[in-house]
Amino acid sequence: MTACIAVEGLEVVFDRFRALKGVSLEVREGESYGLVGESGSGKSTLLRAITGLAPVSSGTITVNGKRLGKTRDKALYREVQMVFQDPYGSLHPRQTVDRLLQEPLAIHGMADGEKRIERALDEVGLGKGFRFRYAHQLSGGQRQRVAIARALILEPSVLLLDEPTSALDASVQAEVLNLLEEVRRRRKLTFLMVSHDLAIITHMCERLMVMQNGEAVETLTASQLIGHRVSADYTRNLLRASEGFVRV
Amino acid sequence: MTAFDAGPFSRRAWLLSDRPASRLQARLGRAYVAWRRFSANRLALVGMLIIIALLVVAAFADVLAPYSPTIGDLKNARLLAPGAAHWFGTDDLGRDIYSRIVYGSRWTLYVVILVAIIAAPIGLLVGTIAGYAGGWTDTILMRITDIFLAFPKLVLALAFVAALGPGIENAVLAIAITSWPPYARIARAETLTVRNSDYIKAVQLMGASPFRIVLRHIMPLCISSLIIRVTLDMAGIILTAAGLGFLGLGAQPPLPEWGAMIASGRRFILDQWWVAAAPGAAILIVSLGFNLLGDGLRDALDPRSGDQ
Amino acid sequence: MSDTLLEVDDLRVTFPTRTGLVQAVRGVSFSLGRERLGIVGESGSGKSQTGRAIMGLTPPQAEVSAKKLAFDGMDLLSISPRERRALRGNRIAMILQDPKYSLDPVMTIGRQIVETLRTHEKVSRAEARERALAMLQAVQIRDPARVFDLYPHEVSGGMGQRAMIAMMLVTGPELMIADEPTSALDVTVQLDVLNILDKLVAERGMGLIFISHDLRLVSSFCDRVVVMYAGKVVEQIKASELRDAQHPYTRGLLNCMPRIGFERHPLPVLDRKPEWAA
Repeated sequence: MTACIAVEGLEVVFDRFRALKGVSLEVREGESYGLVGESGSGKSTLLRAITGLAPVSSGTITVNGKRLGKTRDKALYREVQMVFQDPYGSLHPRQTVDRLLQEPLAIHGMADGEKRIERALDEVGLGKGFRFRYAHQLSGGQRQRVAIARALILEPSVLLLDEPTSALDASVQAEVLNLLEEVRRRRKLTFLMVSHDLAIITHMCERLMVMQNGEAVETLTASQLIGHRVSADYTRNLLRASEGFVRV
Repeated sequence: MTAFDAGPFSRRAWLLSDRPASRLQARLGRAYVAWRRFSANRLALVGMLIIIALLVVAAFADVLAPYSPTIGDLKNARLLAPGAAHWFGTDDLGRDIYSRIVYGSRWTLYVVILVAIIAAPIGLLVGTIAGYAGGWTDTILMRITDIFLAFPKLVLALAFVAALGPGIENAVLAIAITSWPPYARIARAETLTVRNSDYIKAVQLMGASPFRIVLRHIMPLCISSLIIRVTLDMAGIILTAAGLGFLGLGAQPPLPEWGAMIASGRRFILDQWWVAAAPGAAILIVSLGFNLLGDGLRDALDPRSGDQ
Repeated sequence: MSDTLLEVDDLRVTFPTRTGLVQAVRGVSFSLGRERLGIVGESGSGKSQTGRAIMGLTPPQAEVSAKKLAFDGMDLLSISPRERRALRGNRIAMILQDPKYSLDPVMTIGRQIVETLRTHEKVSRAEARERALAMLQAVQIRDPARVFDLYPHEVSGGMGQRAMIAMMLVTGPELMIADEPTSALDVTVQLDVLNILDKLVAERGMGLIFISHDLRLVSSFCDRVVVMYAGKVVEQIKASELRDAQHPYTRGLLNCMPRIGFERHPLPVLDRKPEWAA
């Protein structure tokens, strides 16, 4: 087992606000790893720091054995891709699906684009009929499928998922989660998934880290969480909250 | 699919389809929706008709003008009132005013189009680069913009023409130099609203260079507000050009430029009012046309008015 | 039934669009006593438009019609806009999803509550302030006097939502419509807010309509659940009997969510049948 993503003492500071206060974690190759926490816990910031969207002020990030420097080079994005939370905001409003999928291929100079685009659309269950639609001609679930296709078209080995289903209806969420599991199995991907929903994380991930206020609270396996074998009070609170409302 | 053969109704359905089957259909569909929004505005259609008329007149000036615009009949036709022979009368050099206005439309278009193709791209480039890069680049570019904006447009244009020498080419240059800063402002504001959106971040995560992001992903989003603004500014450009012509710094005689025509008609405005009034009316109508067109384009193209 | 607070019969809300009329709500009927009723559905099911129509907040271009839409025996569709306004915020109150957008950003929280109270009741400034403070205390804000003078942007989401609840409850409404009142909040805060809402509704004997996309949350909070799909009610059921729901949509909605301790790979998905919308 080798570490696919290794994060050591990661700090992220925005205008004197410490969004991440020295977080470390290790994601093994082929594993699905979850980050759980409430708003302000720094879980999304961690993903953004890995991709270079958030400024790293100290600590190290290693992806597939390579330590990342100050700037991210193009090659990294062929290994690591990300799916955003809001399917309404992550697709360019003036571009067709075709254009959206062509862009990464053009940037990385990949050949036989036609075939790749068709294959990518088939893989996410959309098919050719969706190729020339604009974002506004798609439903939320379809948009998220396009976003997944866009992330997969560069054939990365790691997928970062930032609350990929929280903006979707429950029934659509189930479809998208199933799709993610399926592509992970087929392509032997490593997942690093962020969610505020414990149930989704235990469904999708083998191990997880609970975060609060920019710090790690504890690291658990999914079966520990299911068996309520947790040590931190905060995790216990989250678990209780996830069971719904109980009249006192 | 042979949807095009099946009559007008299904052609509309083909254009409005939610499931376009080709790049072409997607593009045409989008254009059709914009056209429908535009054509719902009656006044915008009027504006468009005026501009089309201007184009037609400019293109066929040789056919439409009965007399030469520059050579007059000094002996028999000085300052004639409007009539059957000279629809809009003649000026002090015996030239037919109608013919001069018809030829003048060419110069008006020349000024407007040249200014638009010089100023709009400069503004777009400066604005999007400043907005996307931020930091020092932004500060420097926007302070330069501010310096240009600090002077009234006509005064600055006057200074430039005074330095470059009078003439219509220099007037165009001067107007272009003075009119890009507002476009830069608009493009920058537009860029700032989209630069932090997830779809721009997604392209960053593809490994796209900043240049590519600005050029291919941000500029297309700024262009529609810019087109609207440029169209609305056309009237102002025409007026500035006319103003420079009026002051003798724009088009030089005997060019039939509308502003210069008003200037020369000024001397007998009380007795032979038509000499100044006819080009004045032409400027008024064309300016109005551009303004109405711009309003219509705002309805049709404004990204904020929603794509639903 | 004298205890019926709200009666809705065949409610329809129609929006004009470029391609013709679209019915967002297509014949919804239910009645409400002094109880907690949940309205559940996915986006586009018409659940929010139902709430808005009862409240009288339907956008002006849309048209509302119903065989009966009666609050406490009063026909809501035939009374004047003025009477409607007097009802709104006084006897019928509404909480929206995000306090950020429903609180006035340039007025302190305290003043907003006082203004709400003084619009509907003739009370002195001092008394209004007293009641506002008491209300803030009732929604379990620890330091009401401090929060009273804060602006909405100075408080957290959970606090803002409590302030919103305080503002809505200060006039002592009989019917409360809560449209996704906790969806923008963190899970732990969500439960605090629901607890407060629950207690106040029980103490004051209000009727509550709780609109949400979250079937499980609603069923743990409400007495009865109305399930909506494509503008129609597909099922009305007691929350305690939700397990025995008949309609495949309700069952599908319950099943498709991942649950801790129930491993199902892949998750069952909804097979949407066109006849559900018929």
